Amino acid sequence: MNLEFLLSFFSPAILIPVLVSTVQAGTPVLYATLGEMITERSGVLNLGVEGLMIMGAFFGFILQYSTGNPWFSTFGAGMGVGTLALIHGVVCLLFQGNQVVSGLAVTIFGVGLADYLGTPFVGIVTTGFQPHVMPILGSLPIIGEIFFSLDPLVSVSFFVAPLLWLVFTRTSWGLGLCAAGENPAAATAAGLNPVLLRWVGIFAGGFFVGIGGAYLSLAYTHTWTFNLTAGRGWIAVALVIFAFWRPGRAMIGAYLFGGVMALQLRLQAMGATVPSSLMMMLPYVLTVLVLLWSSVRGKGRSAPAALGINIPPRD
Amino acid sequence: MSGYRIARRQSTLRGGEATILLGGLCFAFTVCGLLLLVQKKPPLECFSLLFAGGFGSGMALEDTLLKGIPIFLCSLGVAIAFRMQVWNIGAEGQFALGAVGATWAVLTFPDLPMLFMLPTLLVCAAVAGGVWGFIPGFLRLKCGLNEIISTLMMNYIGILFLQYLIYGSWKAPGSYGFPMTDIFPDAAILPSVFGRIHAGIVLCVLAAVTLGIFLRRTRLGFELLAGGENPRAARYARMPYGFLLVLVMALSGALAGIAGSVEVSATFNRLQPNIATGYGYTAIVVAWLSRLRITSIALFSFLIAGLRVGVENLQLLMQVPAAFGGIMEGLILLAVLAGQFFHTYTVCRAPEQHDEGTTSGPEQAKQGPISPNTSTGASV
Repeated sequence: MNLEFLLSFFSPAILIPVLVSTVQAGTPVLYATLGEMITERSGVLNLGVEGLMIMGAFFGFILQYSTGNPWFSTFGAGMGVGTLALIHGVVCLLFQGNQVVSGLAVTIFGVGLADYLGTPFVGIVTTGFQPHVMPILGSLPIIGEIFFSLDPLVSVSFFVAPLLWLVFTRTSWGLGLCAAGENPAAATAAGLNPVLLRWVGIFAGGFFVGIGGAYLSLAYTHTWTFNLTAGRGWIAVALVIFAFWRPGRAMIGAYLFGGVMALQLRLQAMGATVPSSLMMMLPYVLTVLVLLWSSVRGKGRSAPAALGINIPPRD
Repeated sequence: MSGYRIARRQSTLRGGEATILLGGLCFAFTVCGLLLLVQKKPPLECFSLLFAGGFGSGMALEDTLLKGIPIFLCSLGVAIAFRMQVWNIGAEGQFALGAVGATWAVLTFPDLPMLFMLPTLLVCAAVAGGVWGFIPGFLRLKCGLNEIISTLMMNYIGILFLQYLIYGSWKAPGSYGFPMTDIFPDAAILPSVFGRIHAGIVLCVLAAVTLGIFLRRTRLGFELLAGGENPRAARYARMPYGFLLVLVMALSGALAGIAGSVEVSATFNRLQPNIATGYGYTAIVVAWLSRLRITSIALFSFLIAGLRVGVENLQLLMQVPAAFGGIMEGLILLAVLAGQFFHTYTVCRAPEQHDEGTTSGPEQAKQGPISPNTSTGASV
């Protein structure tokens, strides 16, 4: 790679499309990260994100295919995946199963189920969401082009993170949810029902993970293929740690990841000499590096104290 | 929940493990039967084909045993890590690296006689897999990096690395552009023991026996088990917890690496991109189902391998997608995991005056603070 090649990246003609696809690639991961964050804040570690996300992609696709309404499909995917996530709740909340193993089992099950049910539909193209320019904001120079001229799910995602921050810090419901994740016994003493809050956390988290998955089939690829998520669910789990369980930082993490995805695709399209398998490693390597950085930096800002610890049933 | 309550079990559940497993299997088969109906396949016929494909004939049993070998080796590795409460989810990547290591040995020293070739190949595979396990273990120890995520990411990186080699410098000139190496020389192929069963089975027995002796008869093995039971106590007892952590990850990776070399040498006889078919994830299922005991791992490796072979049969004869196996593995694991609840808890009939009991609760709580007061009063 020569200098001229590198410099050409900073011309607006290339930089803006790269940034646009950064936001596009980051959005599904952002939804999934925020979803997992809700669940983890309530004290439940759900490693089923990868499996749930791909089911969200499938639900979104199949609903779009049969109804033709992208909004309904997105909502349906969220509700469907939220319900599916309750499997994790049944195993961990009701039956005190190990959260790590249960989450892995949910992933194995979800990936299998999506492949199984989706086999007849591989390669079918749907309409889904189309890009549309937002009024006023969309006409801003550069910023408008990068952030406000994409499909509506991207615009919605800008509001989800701040909203979640408000919920976590300013509403009694959100504070209760966090209490269930920090100290369930204290939450019980305060008159809350931490088990119920964890059920809600699992469902709400699954809802957003489902939307993240639906974004992949409805707005990102407009089709259904095998392995549509390609590890994005796991990256979301990593980004929750990177974000120190804070919604704002989740946005940074998701766009950082999206940037690498966009860069990798762009370099491949420009015919860079690096083999594609090495390029495809980039997001995963970045995830490890980013996580390494946050585990060195984030000593003080740790996980919810009761994360991964089940609440024993009362005798 | 009226009339019933959950209580901690006083005595161990007798014959519970078999019951839980059977219950889990029933649940999984029921759900899968419904899923087969969704795709308009006759469930009972499918299940009989599944069984026939996995266990129904000598041929089928051989296939199952062959598939069981890599699963067993991977599960053994995953299980010792889980014993230490280290979540090595990276068997898949370590398996791929093992295959790469073995292939590197074959490509670098193509003319070695079998007596030297096979040990070289196995050692290279074990080292490559071991390094792939060591890195996340080391990072966990030094930086506190979450090993679940790092091992998982290294699965993707490892498999892409394998693809990079196989699409690049390792692609054989004579493969008509297909991404694969040449067929290995005879010296690099594990010999057969009986029929189609290759020497991989000997490796399994060796690994199991060595590991069993290591865990039960050596100080380090004992410390490893103790460290898993209670990491804090292990630290207080001045056990080398950090060393054990890294050792377990490297050992775990080495076992998965050997599994990869067995696949590459005995099953495919060459390196090709599709060798990693989810054995690493299946190993997690097997390790947990067997509750991390070596003999049970052997049994469950065989059973799950039979399931995989059976699903291949089902795919061939009934056009059921291969992902069906993943669904079954996931469901069995979920159901058994939930069922293990009954090892520690029991559901019993609440006493008749249950409602009175709950109302009397607060009264007792009110009485609670009184008694210390009276006792302090007496002492004063």
